[in-house]
Amino acid sequence: MTDPVIDVRGVTRRYGEGPPALHDVSLTVRPGECVAVLGPSGSGKSTLLNLLAALDRPDAGTVTVAGTRLERLGEAASARFRRAHVGLVFQFFNLLDDLTVLDNVLLPAQLAGAPARASRAHAASLLDSLGMARHAQAYPGRLSGGERQRVAVARALINRPALLLADEPTGALDTASGEDVRRLLDELHRSGQTIVLVTHDLRLAEASAGRTIRLRDGRVEVRR
Amino acid sequence: MSGLGRVVRSGVRRRRVQTVVVGLVTAAAVTATVLGGGLLVASQAPFDDAFAAQRGAHLTVRADSGAVTEPQLAASASAPGVVAAAGPYRVLVVAFTERGGMRTPPLTVVARADPGGPVDRIELAGGRWPAGPDEIVLSGGAVRVPPGSRLATPGGAEFTVVGTARSVSDTAGAWVLPSAVGVLDGPDTADGYQMLYRFTDARTPTEVGTGRDAVVATLPAGAVTGARSWLDVRQQAVEDAAVFVPFLVAFALLGIVMALLVVGTVVAGTVGVATRRIGILKALGCTPAGVVRAFVAQTLLPAAVGAVAGTVTGNLLALPVLAETEEIYGSANTTIAWWVTVLATGGVLAVVTLTAWAAALRAGRLRTVDAIAVGRASGPARGRWASRLAARLPVARPVGLGLARPFARPARTVAILLAVATGAAAMTFATGLAASLLRIQTALTQDVADVTVTGDPDAGPVADPAAVLAAIDAQPGTRARYGRTQAPGTVAGIADPVSVTTITGDAAWDGFEMVSGRWFAAPGEAVVGGPLLTATGARIGDTVTVRIEGTPVRLRIVGEVFESVMTVFTGTATPTGRNPSEYRVALAPDTEAGAYARALTGALAGRGLTARPSGTETDPLLLVVEGLTATLTLLLLAVAALGVLNMLVLDLRDRVHDLGVHKALGMTPAQTIAMVVASVAGVGLVGGLLGVPAGVAMHRLVVPTMAASGGLHLPEALLDVYGPFLLTALALGGPLTALLGALLPAGWAARTRTATALRSE
Ligand SMILES: Nc1ncnc2c1ncn2[C@@H]1O[C@H](COP(=O)(O)OP(=O)(O)O)[C@@H](O)[C@H]1O
Ligand SMILES: [Mg+2]
Repeated sequence: MTDPVIDVRGVTRRYGEGPPALHDVSLTVRPGECVAVLGPSGSGKSTLLNLLAALDRPDAGTVTVAGTRLERLGEAASARFRRAHVGLVFQFFNLLDDLTVLDNVLLPAQLAGAPARASRAHAASLLDSLGMARHAQAYPGRLSGGERQRVAVARALINRPALLLADEPTGALDTASGEDVRRLLDELHRSGQTIVLVTHDLRLAEASAGRTIRLRDGRVEVRR
Repeated sequence: MSGLGRVVRSGVRRRRVQTVVVGLVTAAAVTATVLGGGLLVASQAPFDDAFAAQRGAHLTVRADSGAVTEPQLAASASAPGVVAAAGPYRVLVVAFTERGGMRTPPLTVVARADPGGPVDRIELAGGRWPAGPDEIVLSGGAVRVPPGSRLATPGGAEFTVVGTARSVSDTAGAWVLPSAVGVLDGPDTADGYQMLYRFTDARTPTEVGTGRDAVVATLPAGAVTGARSWLDVRQQAVEDAAVFVPFLVAFALLGIVMALLVVGTVVAGTVGVATRRIGILKALGCTPAGVVRAFVAQTLLPAAVGAVAGTVTGNLLALPVLAETEEIYGSANTTIAWWVTVLATGGVLAVVTLTAWAAALRAGRLRTVDAIAVGRASGPARGRWASRLAARLPVARPVGLGLARPFARPARTVAILLAVATGAAAMTFATGLAASLLRIQTALTQDVADVTVTGDPDAGPVADPAAVLAAIDAQPGTRARYGRTQAPGTVAGIADPVSVTTITGDAAWDGFEMVSGRWFAAPGEAVVGGPLLTATGARIGDTVTVRIEGTPVRLRIVGEVFESVMTVFTGTATPTGRNPSEYRVALAPDTEAGAYARALTGALAGRGLTARPSGTETDPLLLVVEGLTATLTLLLLAVAALGVLNMLVLDLRDRVHDLGVHKALGMTPAQTIAMVVASVAGVGLVGGLLGVPAGVAMHRLVVPTMAASGGLHLPEALLDVYGPFLLTALALGGPLTALLGALLPAGWAARTRTATALRSE
């Protein structure tokens, strides 16, 4: 049996006083799985995703992603971990306005010091496969929401990550664009990409995810 | 309004960097201004006070006793514009002999019945006014002979020194009663009359000139042989402290420019960052004026604290300088005038307020819709060409991202550029100033010799110069040497004594700097100091007659040497046939001065001469100037670095979210620091390249002005202090300043919590 891509055990994350944002959460994700995290606003979904991306550290419990224990990583190590193993897609795209589409996509490869030629070729093929090739030299400001999210996905995939994390990828999109992104993620899943996506879009969860997890007040509510 | 104040303040309370920067920059500007203004006033005040108290003479006229009568001179008091006059007094120029044979320089002796009167009330510093024809009072500045001493005239008459006095108008070297004139007069004395005038208007050279012309017009043609304006006397009296003034003014100006720049950008930046907030406030009904007021008040608070601190440091820094000038005037004025402090502080605060107000106007004018829209729509597409270019540069990606950054915020970039350029200019100016002052000092003391040989100048044949020079030459380790002796002399047309230095051997190596012309070569040739040329109106190529101990010597001026006093240097044997009183020796490299001097003293045994390593004592005034220069430069550099820091902090605050994205994509802290540092390195380099020429230009302007206020013409060699190596080092100071300012914010950027950054907006 293959090792899981994600192995979260008994994780608690607390911001200041009050009830923790995550409370004793455990989760395992195997290679090639697509897991949807569902739950109402404020239930701790983004917090969980941040922990998986090593953007944040748990107060208790362990987080292992792609064989790396994340809870003890320093800043530089977590940055290196991210660019090696994780691709991130956000609700509001988070593209850099002053870089072209192509430069946005290339950025993680450049930060990782990947060979320029190979990265360019890979970026071009990603944009091509996402139908964005003709916008390579455009600036994100000119693109529609759906197009921007495609660029964001391309950027997330440039370093061939073991894990794609998406936080409400359709949350800022109209129905048609949302459908677009849904199909894209589904295709990625079919091609074998491991994905964890946070959403309250039930259609997205059903369309792409093989499995769903529900969070409520920081606890895993139902497992199905 | 108070509600608005609270809202804006709370929005800016966390901007500690800006607050500290405003405080510090104001402190620096106030320090420089208080110092500059305070010393400027302090350098004039003692003279002006004394001049008013003594009813000083605006014009001192010397008249030829053969060409004018006493009643004619007395009548000149009614010339137009004259409000008071004194005289005519008889004047004689006499060189006395002290007990023991020491000769005084020729003294201008004025015959006056009493020290009071309507003009030039002479102040007795000690002793009393002469009571009989055999008593004399000396001017404190002229010669130091204690009361009770006896002075003999060339004719053999004896005078007793009964007091020391001081004329702020500098009208005489000594005073006697009119009844002593007959005793003083002899074959060797030049004589004439002195008349003193006060005018209704005498503030400018033109006004004094008008008064002088009116007086001269009432007298027979050719009667007036000399007329000295009080402005010249004042100039001489204040020049020591005045040397400071141009350079302090330069620093004060730099400080104010810096304050303007930094305060302007701080407020503009704060407004820029608070734009959304302002929009919301205005949407809620705040008036534009209310918003502007709140921003100005916010700046004034730290500025006021900084101003108080600057007042204290400025006054403290002035203490050593004032102590120095106090010595020169004998005045007790050791603190900066309070009103200067008030004026400087108020002036700088006014500049800060105006700048803050101008920068905050933008906040007031901001259209509410636009303000609220900020951050929603993508910003103006500035500098994209630069990011495109940088993406293709063969540098690490974070460096490329950093390099493109300045073009995205041109206004902020220009502000950083100016801050760095000002710092580099200050640094360049200060370095050049220190180097020039050192060279000026060396050129004025003309002392680069390693060993000095002194002894009894009149020891007779044993000290035969040829033999002494031969003995020095025979000493191993001698590189160059010459002998010199100094005697007072007079030059026709000027009352003050002239110092005549007779040189045996080649002296041109001993720190002399030529302003123009060449060093003397043939007998009958001489080089002179600039003040002598100014006083006589002579030019290079002219021949002057110098009387040395009564004997006239004709000398052709072949060059002007850099000098602050009236001097003649010649190789021509002087009539007295005096031997050198001093020999100066330069040693070959690696020769130890102490051992050499001991050996030479041994070799010269029996000639009454002793060799000593030359002491190098530095002028305390120079030390003070150099200390001040270093302090003020550090202050300005710190402010420049703070300016950069402030601008970067603002920039990073704008970009917290982008930084978060970068880090989410895998940018390490080291890469973040590289990016931030690269974003200022280029700007710093350009700032350095702009600032260095500005500093050189300032040096070219200020140093000659400083010299001119001391009555000196500067030779080119003393200004030419910037070598290519130094210039390169100074230009690199620009990026270095920028890097210093960038390190702290870069560290903050690297430590920003990614998750937090992504949540913002
Ligand atoms: N950086 C933070 N500081 C303080 N509280 C936070 C922070 N991030 C999230 N929270 C709190 O933690 C809880 C879970 O937040 P989050 O994970 O963003 O929820 P979701 O993504 O499911 O809407 C919320 O109550 C939120 O206010
Ligand atoms: Mg969320």
